[in-house]
Amino acid sequence: MADELNREKLTWMYVTMVRHRAFENQLLELYEDGFVPGHIHLSQGQEAISVGAIAAMRSDDYFTSNHRGHGHLIARGEKPERMMAELLGKSTGLMKGKGGSMHLANLDFGDLGADGVLGTGLVIAPGAALAAKLRGTDQVTLCFFGDGCINTARFHEGINLASAFKLSVVFICENNTWAEATSIYYSTNLTKVTDRAVGYGIPGIAVDGNDVLAVYEVVTEAIERARNGDGPTFIECKTCRQRGHFEGELQTYRAEGEIEECKRKDPIPRFKKKLIEMGVLTEEEADRIEQEALDEMAQVVKFAKESPFPDPEETFTDVYV
Amino acid sequence: MKTMTFNQAFASAIAEEMDRDPTIFILGEDIGKHWGGSIGEFRDLGDRLDSEKVIQTPVSEVAIVGAAIGAAEVGMRPVAYLMFCEFMGVCMSEIMNAMCKSRYMTGGRVKMPVTLVAHCGAGVGAAGEHSSSIEGMLSSIVGLKIVLPSTPYDVKGLLKAAIREDNPVLYLHHKLLVLDGVKSDIPDEEYIIPLGKADIKREGSDVTVVATAAMVHRALSAAAKLQENGISIEVVDPRTIVPLDKQTIIDSVEKTGRLVVMTEEPRTGSVGAMVSAIVAEEAFDLLDAPIRRISAPDAPVPFSPVLEKVWLPNEDDLIKAVTEID
Repeated sequence: MADELNREKLTWMYVTMVRHRAFENQLLELYEDGFVPGHIHLSQGQEAISVGAIAAMRSDDYFTSNHRGHGHLIARGEKPERMMAELLGKSTGLMKGKGGSMHLANLDFGDLGADGVLGTGLVIAPGAALAAKLRGTDQVTLCFFGDGCINTARFHEGINLASAFKLSVVFICENNTWAEATSIYYSTNLTKVTDRAVGYGIPGIAVDGNDVLAVYEVVTEAIERARNGDGPTFIECKTCRQRGHFEGELQTYRAEGEIEECKRKDPIPRFKKKLIEMGVLTEEEADRIEQEALDEMAQVVKFAKESPFPDPEETFTDVYV
Repeated sequence: MKTMTFNQAFASAIAEEMDRDPTIFILGEDIGKHWGGSIGEFRDLGDRLDSEKVIQTPVSEVAIVGAAIGAAEVGMRPVAYLMFCEFMGVCMSEIMNAMCKSRYMTGGRVKMPVTLVAHCGAGVGAAGEHSSSIEGMLSSIVGLKIVLPSTPYDVKGLLKAAIREDNPVLYLHHKLLVLDGVKSDIPDEEYIIPLGKADIKREGSDVTVVATAAMVHRALSAAAKLQENGISIEVVDPRTIVPLDKQTIIDSVEKTGRLVVMTEEPRTGSVGAMVSAIVAEEAFDLLDAPIRRISAPDAPVPFSPVLEKVWLPNEDDLIKAVTEID
């Protein structure tokens, strides 16, 4: 599959992973410096999933995101300036500073939105797919959710509806093994998360979620299946979380060495090595990409910091159309 | 002009809207041709029940509301049927979070033209999980509009307005008004009743009675009896709980100087409490006597017909309240 990808697309994947990481690293600094209201949930270490899956999408496809979802929107092409300004509660933010980190949405990119209630996207994604079915289009909807969602009613109701009606949804579980501070090994009796798919009569496929090309490959196949009218697929992307559930929590539940082990599996250096081996990038080109991402995000931070807060009157607008 | 029942008016509004706008579809529990809704609301759609735009779903409230949200976000206008209004408890996060807050939280980027349909109300021996009126509780969900009609004429005009709204609307269909066979004359030509416009169901000069849904009919029969004693009652039906037509209520109180609010809900956190508070706050000087409230007790709807009768507010409660008022 990787052989079929051209140099341009492979480079885009690497650039996007690096930009995603740089965005969140800058956000972390802003948080630590007290510029970010409320909570942020970072996804360092999970970049291969958002980029690999979104690289497989068509421009008119839809997706639902989640509370750890900055990368989905960056990969889909949103301006990081508007995202960062939103996270700082500024008027230039994507949603005028009214939603914040957990509620980023932009239908211009087919993004139906993130959610702050675990698993909401699992029931919304089938709705977009139902609309496509009623209109007779072959659009596919990707649904990104964490492993914490798999024990909610929404997981069951959403996947059941999609499978019963053969809706074109690809359910992508970003399994970083931690639902907030609760381990998946504690909260389920599963040895294989993909066994859940059996109960819905749909394919369940596990993939190394830190391998962007592997993610791209299984998502591409699932999208094809959906586009051909063969219904949904459940994909488990095995990954790990380099940061806490939210910034500022102590992570006392983590085993000794767990985070170090997670960082050793970091998808970005791994992909860089692969691209250099493939002759797609040189070390110097990779360094330049990294530097460009840092320069871009420095400008993003400047824009967000210098943007004004919303007019107090904005409190009362946008409740209704 | 045709005479229609509650359900006929309901189905005729849906049929006309579906014929007008191809983005409208309906989904929900047992809406297909066998039942046409659990109290037959959709049955008069006839052949349309075979359409691919009438989707009988699994009994799966979270999936139904979620699917309506997803479809609405990408440009469809779903009408989602949840049967009994109590079932909204199952999918409340989808309603109060994803559906009703999206417009605001996205700074106006998202449009959510979903019409939720559920039936409500006591009087049929269905006990506490199939008889409630929860519009008071739901009225605190910002971003949601709530329609609660009392006549087939209002059903048709309000439901059409609800479907055309770009905001989420909850349409509540009182089951006793269906089973009692309440009828209206319905004009042949199209009409729409804007949300937020109350209707004076009976004009009067001595006491204003604000009543909703089945209570409108209790108020009208009490008013006829009170008229025999020379007491003239004005019955105001808000028709939509959100937005609430405060002005029509206040104008009526200005005329009568007295207010009784009669709703079929527990007393705490009710629409009755809200209307009373608004008049006390904004029109206190117009009142010649304290506001009276008639409600159900703060108890679930009981099963036994003897107890359910005690629970339900009735004509005699209203006559007593009006008679006691100075």
